[in-house]
Amino acid sequence: MDIKIKKGLDLKLAGGIENVSAALADCRDVHGVCAICPEDYPGFKPKALVKEGDMVYAGEPVLYNKDYEGMTLVSPIDGRVKAVVRGDRRRILRVEIEPIEAGEAVPRTIFPIEKGTAANVVSSLAHLGLLARLRQRPYDVVPTEGTTMVRDIYVMCFDAAPLALSLPLEAFGNEAEEWLRSGLAVLSRLTTGKVYVACREGDKVASVSGGVPGVEIVKVAGPYPSGLPGAVIAATKPINKGETVWTLDLATAIRVGEYAKHHKYGFENYVALTGSELSAPGIAKAPDGIELKALLKGVVKDTPEHKRIISGNVFTGVRESEDGYLRFPYRQVTVIPEGDDTDEFMGWASLAPSKVSAKRSFPLSFMRKLFSPDARLNGGRRAMIMSGEYDRYMPIDILPEYLVKAILAKDVEGMERLGIYEVAPEDFALAEFADTSKLPLQQIVRDGLDYLRKELE
Amino acid sequence: MASLRKYLDKIKPQFEPGGKYQALQSVFEGFESFLYSPRTTSAGRYTTHIHDSIDSKRTMTIVILALLPCFVFGMYNIGYQHWLAAGANPEGAFWSLLFYGFLTVLPRLVVSYVVGLGIEFVVAQWRHEEIQEGFLVTGILIPMICPPEVSLWMLAVATAFSVIFVKEVFGGTGYNLLNVALVTRAFLFFAYPAHMSGDKVFVATGQPFGFGPEVADGFTCATPLGQISQGTLDVSGVGGHVLSTWDAFLGLMPGCMGETSTLFILIGGVLLMLAGIASWRVMLTVFAGALFMGWVANIFATPTYPMASVEPWHQLLYGGLAFAAVFMATDPVTSARTTKGKYVYGFLTGVIAVLIRTYNNGYPEGAMLAVLLMNCFAPLIDWCVVEANARRRLARLVRSQK
Repeated sequence: MDIKIKKGLDLKLAGGIENVSAALADCRDVHGVCAICPEDYPGFKPKALVKEGDMVYAGEPVLYNKDYEGMTLVSPIDGRVKAVVRGDRRRILRVEIEPIEAGEAVPRTIFPIEKGTAANVVSSLAHLGLLARLRQRPYDVVPTEGTTMVRDIYVMCFDAAPLALSLPLEAFGNEAEEWLRSGLAVLSRLTTGKVYVACREGDKVASVSGGVPGVEIVKVAGPYPSGLPGAVIAATKPINKGETVWTLDLATAIRVGEYAKHHKYGFENYVALTGSELSAPGIAKAPDGIELKALLKGVVKDTPEHKRIISGNVFTGVRESEDGYLRFPYRQVTVIPEGDDTDEFMGWASLAPSKVSAKRSFPLSFMRKLFSPDARLNGGRRAMIMSGEYDRYMPIDILPEYLVKAILAKDVEGMERLGIYEVAPEDFALAEFADTSKLPLQQIVRDGLDYLRKELE
Repeated sequence: MASLRKYLDKIKPQFEPGGKYQALQSVFEGFESFLYSPRTTSAGRYTTHIHDSIDSKRTMTIVILALLPCFVFGMYNIGYQHWLAAGANPEGAFWSLLFYGFLTVLPRLVVSYVVGLGIEFVVAQWRHEEIQEGFLVTGILIPMICPPEVSLWMLAVATAFSVIFVKEVFGGTGYNLLNVALVTRAFLFFAYPAHMSGDKVFVATGQPFGFGPEVADGFTCATPLGQISQGTLDVSGVGGHVLSTWDAFLGLMPGCMGETSTLFILIGGVLLMLAGIASWRVMLTVFAGALFMGWVANIFATPTYPMASVEPWHQLLYGGLAFAAVFMATDPVTSARTTKGKYVYGFLTGVIAVLIRTYNNGYPEGAMLAVLLMNCFAPLIDWCVVEANARRRLARLVRSQK
């Protein structure tokens, strides 16, 4: 199946990786403290299984979900629990694990996900920390307990976000093709429908996964947000009330396959280091949740200007301090100017070609090939004034403005009628970027989804 | 520029709560954010980290820029009509005509801004909010859609009424149901009809600050629409010369300052469309609706309604229709907000404007009433579009369950 996403935007930002294969060849291994942040798994109510000082091995559960006790998050490395950091009301913010040389190999329970009933496979994936890497729509949460046969599963095999890296299949290992096929085979047993594999035209993923029963290849063309599941689901089979779909990325599908083959899976990733504030954008190889200090060592420009470190991309990533960590599901770090230390005289009247905009009211912008925007809102927050701004960047058949209003009004029926089950906060990222009124749309949608879930359960 | 920033930083504490001028905090912040872009950066767990450079200040500024060609021509035309009315030769007196127009409009512009912005400042401070930019456009629109010599106190009363009761009580810019500038005009029209219509008010006859030639007492000249509604199909300008189509397109005829020149309105419209600020869907459909209604009326023309005999496309040249299409109906807050709704909204605005001016002899012009009426219907039109979207979703659900 071929689909073309028209409503979107490709921003040309400075600080990208120009030659991916050269950067991969040049990539350095990074080790350091790793952290698991339960906040990155919406719907996961964390309870600790370890305490400070405990030794853990890579793949050992460190947190479990209070709402779904079989679901765990696992340690990405062999090491010792450095800290269980808690916030307000003792909510667990993260579990930090420092690497220690692996001692004797510990015998581990084997979960045969390559066979057995769907319910058994799901509970095995939950124990292995793999199920939490999936997202469930509606509500954009981790899969909930008791959900076994979903309507469809979407595997997103490319990332269209600014500066993001879409890795070739070979980068996931020599056996990646085999793993991907067996991963898809496992997933195809968990759905009554199909496993949709969304990739770009000409991607090797298509030919590799083409023959797997129950798999349908979706070749996606068009700008961001074409790599987001929301856009692809809308173009293939929109979610109706009462239906459930799961979404995951290529790396997770490969890991599922790796486990099915070898009964263990790896935690190493290629991480793209990008952004205009890096002296040398490049690629590093590091485990999940690696500390940014180690990851960004020596690559950030040595200038006095404030910088914003984003774990992820500029649209949906998480703001982190220098002491932060790589957050799930991102395999990208973007560093841009913060901008809170600049004074721009009458910036609203500026005709400078460096102004980044999706609008046509910056006539000289075409002179620039690459932009280096900072994190400022570029204006004050206002009521919704301009109309149709969100629709232009929403490849989903909803009326975003009215949905946002229904959410703000806490109108449950309105949200349902206007299609809240079809969306995730990330689907509103581009609209939030383009919004003249500077409204926090993603946060509004996140709050709306959480509110609705609480109301209806 | 650094010294200005330093100075602002120095005086800022005095405007903060507890400071000497805390009652002027909103005003100070308004000026500060006008001079320097706010340093606020995106925050929160779910946020985009970069934002488009456009904001409502720039949006409003572009609308004002688009209005300027009309505004400058309007000043010139006020002078031009005055010179004709005085029996003087306007040829070669370009700067005098412009200056006369400037002197005529200046007090109205000042009154409109002082009253409107004054209320905005007070309300912003009262609500502890940032000052909003909406009135920057409204303030220049008001003198452009009123007769050139509307009296200042009437203008002040009407502006205050509409800013308070049409905008602020609904919550400020972005929440109003009706177009604020048009309500100002409607208020004047219904409260002081003798000063807002007829054949005495659309040509400036006074001598602002003693400038300009004198016009004889009792001078009258109706606008083209006024003449047609009285049954005169060959419209004439001030002094009795026949008004050509070209004159009408250029705007050299009596009327409200901003509304006479279709040419300069179109220039503004093109600018708005190029900048992507105003909806081309609304603009084009208003024109389409007006042409359609003009054509229907023309087919069934009777002497009872002389306006029906006008060539359909001439409807676009006279009166406030073009101005309403480009600058009034396109107001994003009060027009239909859904894409499909905009087509319906625009088309009906055009139809109703011509319908009123053709079949209601009491009102030679219907653009203002048409836009205000459609402002009221815009939420209903949007409701239908939203409902259609919801029904489509429901139908999909039913299909999937079969």
